[in-house]
Amino acid sequence: MTSPKAERILMDAQEMSRALSRISHEIIERNKGTQDLALVGIRTGGVFLAQRLATRIQQIEQREISLGELDITLYRDDLSIRKDQPEIRKTSILFNISDLKIVLVDDVLFTGRTIRAALDGLMDLGRPAEIQLAVLVDRGHRQLPIRANYVGKSFPTAREEKVQVFLEELGQVDRVSIISE
Amino acid sequence: MGLKQKDLLAISDLSVEDIELILTTAESLKEVGGRDIKKVPALRGKTVVNLFFEPSTRTRTSFELAAKRLSADVINFSPSSSSVVKGETLIDTARNIESMQADIIVLRHSSPGAAENLARFVRSSVINAGDGWHAHPTQALLDLYTIKEKKGKVEGLTVVIVGDVAHSRVARSNIAALNKLGAEVRIVAPPTMLPLSVERLGAKVFYRFEDALIGADVIMMLRLQRERLGRALLPSIREYANLFCLTSERLKLAKPEAIVMHPGPLNRGIEISPTVADGPAAVILDQVSNGVSVRMALMYLLSGAA
Repeated sequence: MTSPKAERILMDAQEMSRALSRISHEIIERNKGTQDLALVGIRTGGVFLAQRLATRIQQIEQREISLGELDITLYRDDLSIRKDQPEIRKTSILFNISDLKIVLVDDVLFTGRTIRAALDGLMDLGRPAEIQLAVLVDRGHRQLPIRANYVGKSFPTAREEKVQVFLEELGQVDRVSIISE
Repeated sequence: MGLKQKDLLAISDLSVEDIELILTTAESLKEVGGRDIKKVPALRGKTVVNLFFEPSTRTRTSFELAAKRLSADVINFSPSSSSVVKGETLIDTARNIESMQADIIVLRHSSPGAAENLARFVRSSVINAGDGWHAHPTQALLDLYTIKEKKGKVEGLTVVIVGDVAHSRVARSNIAALNKLGAEVRIVAPPTMLPLSVERLGAKVFYRFEDALIGADVIMMLRLQRERLGRALLPSIREYANLFCLTSERLKLAKPEAIVMHPGPLNRGIEISPTVADGPAAVILDQVSNGVSVRMALMYLLSGAA
């Protein structure tokens, strides 16, 4: 038996939905529309959030927006020290990212190491005009000089706490929680 | 995730889950080969040594490219240019290479069991790239990958392996791998080219090529290894070609959407006719490009355990 896990909800489904709607508007405003703009979700959570943002942005602007999926495993900075190799999933960016404004989308911004890997991964695929970052949750504790352009909600957390984003697309009830053992 | 073992010596080292993991990882890595910049940093700082005691261009190049696309450093080591001609043993050669901090040693050797023997003496991961007639597991894995890519599955397919099964490590590894994933394997060859314990291989044996082809989903042609044959196995190469060459007429006996595979290099007009080799059913060049992705996957997964 595993010990019962305590869950504290930080954002419910409605708050998540409102945050994503606001971020969609902010992305459009900052980029003055969606010309030369593309969204790239970081696997796994970021991909679903990028899809939701794309749907909202298309509704608002009545224009298609390119959407890609990025797996950062090959760019992780701990591959040479880990004993087990993390699973590699597919990167699928079917458009040329050069000269585009790319909005990277992830669920939780924590140490910033994932974003560093994503930036390197993107740069290997072309030379974007600009890369911006959208996250649903910023929980602090950065280990690299990285900052998000669009944030759903910022929470102060303890370093050892576990923040988890639950998503409908994964068969869960939409919410963001702190899970403690 | 990752593979639990240090080495890949034969298909029997792998569980069905291990094989699936290698194939899905290869599928993800295939995308890297389609980029303008065909390189990712996953194995930065790792050293891969290609230790080839038998001549091979295709396999060695494939391993080299796979390692380089993952940013590993690669050293090619072949006996003609080394101390082996001065009488050094395989184990001593390998220990020297290991002392230079090699993480992965890719070994091709004419003696069956050479890779297994080597793996016992070194801490580096050993990948068997062919040991005599025994095994060539990465060829079987890239063949599985190609079948899965073209057919969507392996389970339930009828695969015909044609030619000198007795002297073929490719056949041995493929029979083991195909059986593991639930394909029906048929082998067809002149009786002199079948191993003594043929029924133990786990394949249905045919002696007439035409009979074996009926209902086939995949036709895997083996190269007639003229350099390994004495005169004893065949009355003549021409007779072999008459009976066992895959021609357009024979191909019609298989299922209409059947695919044709060959590990290369081709003996055109002996085991395969040029019209088939260059025709729409042939996936021979796909096998070559998939080989790089599969070997990348394997090096990535093994380097976790190293």
